[in-house]
Amino acid sequence: MSSILVLTAVVTIGGLTLTLASLLVVANHWLHVEEDPRIDAVEDMLPHTNCGSCGFPGCRPFAEALVSGAVLPGKCTVSPPEEHTRIAAYLGVDVGAEEKRIARLACAGGSNVSRNHARYVGLESCAAAALVAGGGKGCFWGCLGLDDCEVACTFDAITMNRHHLPVVDEDLCTACGDCVTACPKDLFSLQAQSHRLWVACRSQEEGDEILEDCQVACTACARCAMDAPGEIEMRGNLPVIDYTKNRFLSAEATQRCPTGAIVWLDAKKGALKGRAARKIIRQGSMKEAPT
Amino acid sequence: MNLFGTKTFAHGIHPPESKDDTSGLPIRQFPFAPSLVVPLSQHIGKPAIAVVREGQEVTRGQCIAKPDGFISVAMHAPASGTVRRIGLTPSITGKMVPGIFIEPFPASTQEILEGTACDASTADTQEIVAAVQQSGVVGLGGAGFPTHAKLQIPEGKFVDILVINGAECEPFLTTDHRVMLEHAEDVMAGIPYLMKATGASKTIIAVEANKPDAAETLRAAIPQDLEIEVEVLPVKYPQGAEKLLISALLGREIPSGGLPLDVHTLCVNVGTTAEIGQLLPHGKGIQERVITIGGPAVKNKGNYRIQIGTPLRFVLETVGVEEDITRVFLGGPMMGQAVSSMDIPITKGTTGVIAFSARETGFLDGHKQYPCIRCGYCLEACPIFLNPSQLGLLAEQDQHERMVDDFHLMDCFECGCCTFVCPSHIPLVQQFRIAKAAVRRMKAPV
Repeated sequence: MSSILVLTAVVTIGGLTLTLASLLVVANHWLHVEEDPRIDAVEDMLPHTNCGSCGFPGCRPFAEALVSGAVLPGKCTVSPPEEHTRIAAYLGVDVGAEEKRIARLACAGGSNVSRNHARYVGLESCAAAALVAGGGKGCFWGCLGLDDCEVACTFDAITMNRHHLPVVDEDLCTACGDCVTACPKDLFSLQAQSHRLWVACRSQEEGDEILEDCQVACTACARCAMDAPGEIEMRGNLPVIDYTKNRFLSAEATQRCPTGAIVWLDAKKGALKGRAARKIIRQGSMKEAPT
Repeated sequence: MNLFGTKTFAHGIHPPESKDDTSGLPIRQFPFAPSLVVPLSQHIGKPAIAVVREGQEVTRGQCIAKPDGFISVAMHAPASGTVRRIGLTPSITGKMVPGIFIEPFPASTQEILEGTACDASTADTQEIVAAVQQSGVVGLGGAGFPTHAKLQIPEGKFVDILVINGAECEPFLTTDHRVMLEHAEDVMAGIPYLMKATGASKTIIAVEANKPDAAETLRAAIPQDLEIEVEVLPVKYPQGAEKLLISALLGREIPSGGLPLDVHTLCVNVGTTAEIGQLLPHGKGIQERVITIGGPAVKNKGNYRIQIGTPLRFVLETVGVEEDITRVFLGGPMMGQAVSSMDIPITKGTTGVIAFSARETGFLDGHKQYPCIRCGYCLEACPIFLNPSQLGLLAEQDQHERMVDDFHLMDCFECGCCTFVCPSHIPLVQQFRIAKAAVRRMKAPV
């Protein structure tokens, strides 16, 4: 009796398995989607970071776009030039030299040159501090130095220096834009590496009063705009550089800046201030107002 | 909710009231500061547009900025003097905002300029709404929402009950308490304007049980021809939140994301009502308000009638503070804002200035945050029945969208009950603020 039951079960399940399996085989045959095998090959050559700095949601969609010919390999900011050449050779296309972009910080007010009005106590994060009366820094626009960008950076390109100011490693930065979203003061922006003239300040205050709070702030004196007419223009008490005229720009515009808020970012020597920039007197200890 | 004959809401907390220091002190006039700053944005909505020039001489009460659009109000000169400059001034959020700097004349009588009067018995709804907008009155309870925008009832909606909020559940603050005691007739003068504009047939003034004298004074001042009731509610925080107050008083639940208007109610702060009753009959604009200056670090505690635009530095220098002052709040300690600059001016939304010294806040320096132990205290405290514990855990993983979509984060009005009761000292409200800011940023059009 029981053997019959077992037999029925085996036959039923076995039969079902066979039927469904053959259905799958048929379906696989008839509904097969032809996919370009090159997509897999190209994806393998991409860095698999899915950072999105190419403008596509991830490496796979970028590989599809590459194969379809919509973009060129140079668009990937993460993989090194050798990889670009490899992909270009594989697909038989141009490398498409994309100008390398990097994240730049529009603030130079580290703890050595800037002052806090109040001491912030609480969650150790810029986002949290910015919500409590702006974070307590004397300059409302300035970097709070609580590492949100360093944490957000997946490529370890951002490190905090000893004055609690983030420093971007130009080689490691892939311009993914994570720090741009992480910064509550909106100090980061993605810039082409060839943009060497840079305004490292966001203060919209006019006049020397801001120097009480930060020694390297822009005082909106407009000397740089006078020295580079047409290329630099004052907007909202800040100089705005017209990078479409990048090739005409030189370190000359920084020379008369009284505070060194506008700098020339030299590839080797780092940020260079103009001749007239005053010397930094290190703020002994951060002066704290009673709040 | 109605439990054993007392009207109140479920959950909530009982923080130390600390009102005894100032509740018995009558309102005093605060001196004029040598320089006043009127920020152009003291309210929710568009900033006002300055209509004065640098160097111009202005009279106290003169309109110095006109409203920009409907959700915006006028600003008035807090003192007769000269406009020194129009420039940036720090605000309570830390942000630099444009403001008008006025230097008062040293030997002026500081008489207030009067404008076109608005009579409650003859004016129609539109006239009252326009008069309130021109008077510059905004929610004086702290929110700063333009009052006239509340009074403009949209097509298809109606209001039957007007709630005047005199709960004042924040510790330390006694502003509304003193206004109800000393300006009961102004409150009663303001109510007809509000009832007329909204079409409400009945008014309930809600007072917490720790202010029996205020309730008595108000009851005695009720005029014959109006239907006004004074309701005494048990003491509990946050009774003064309008959603909870309406549900406690009337048993009407405001839907998530909705307004009191959805349940045919309107809630106006008692200070705002008194100000309307005082200003509109003379066509004046708001240039001063009542604030409580208190807290353990303040020497001359009290309730003061102070010029809008008085810098915080001048306020604290005038009343005197202890040597070891560490923290200053605008508003109460529960929902108020810690300030980061002493140059912040007193604005229309400032209910009080509370200062603490190192003795009270010293323990915070060695403050350690522990992991959530899922004790559930916050769930029992949350007056709107959210799950702060779960929200806090999600906040730590930056799952901001889930917090909004699945756990109704946007309903949180940041009363601070969950943070107050948390035995692990998790700064829940701060985490929620970060999440809200992140979500708003994400949804904002680029």
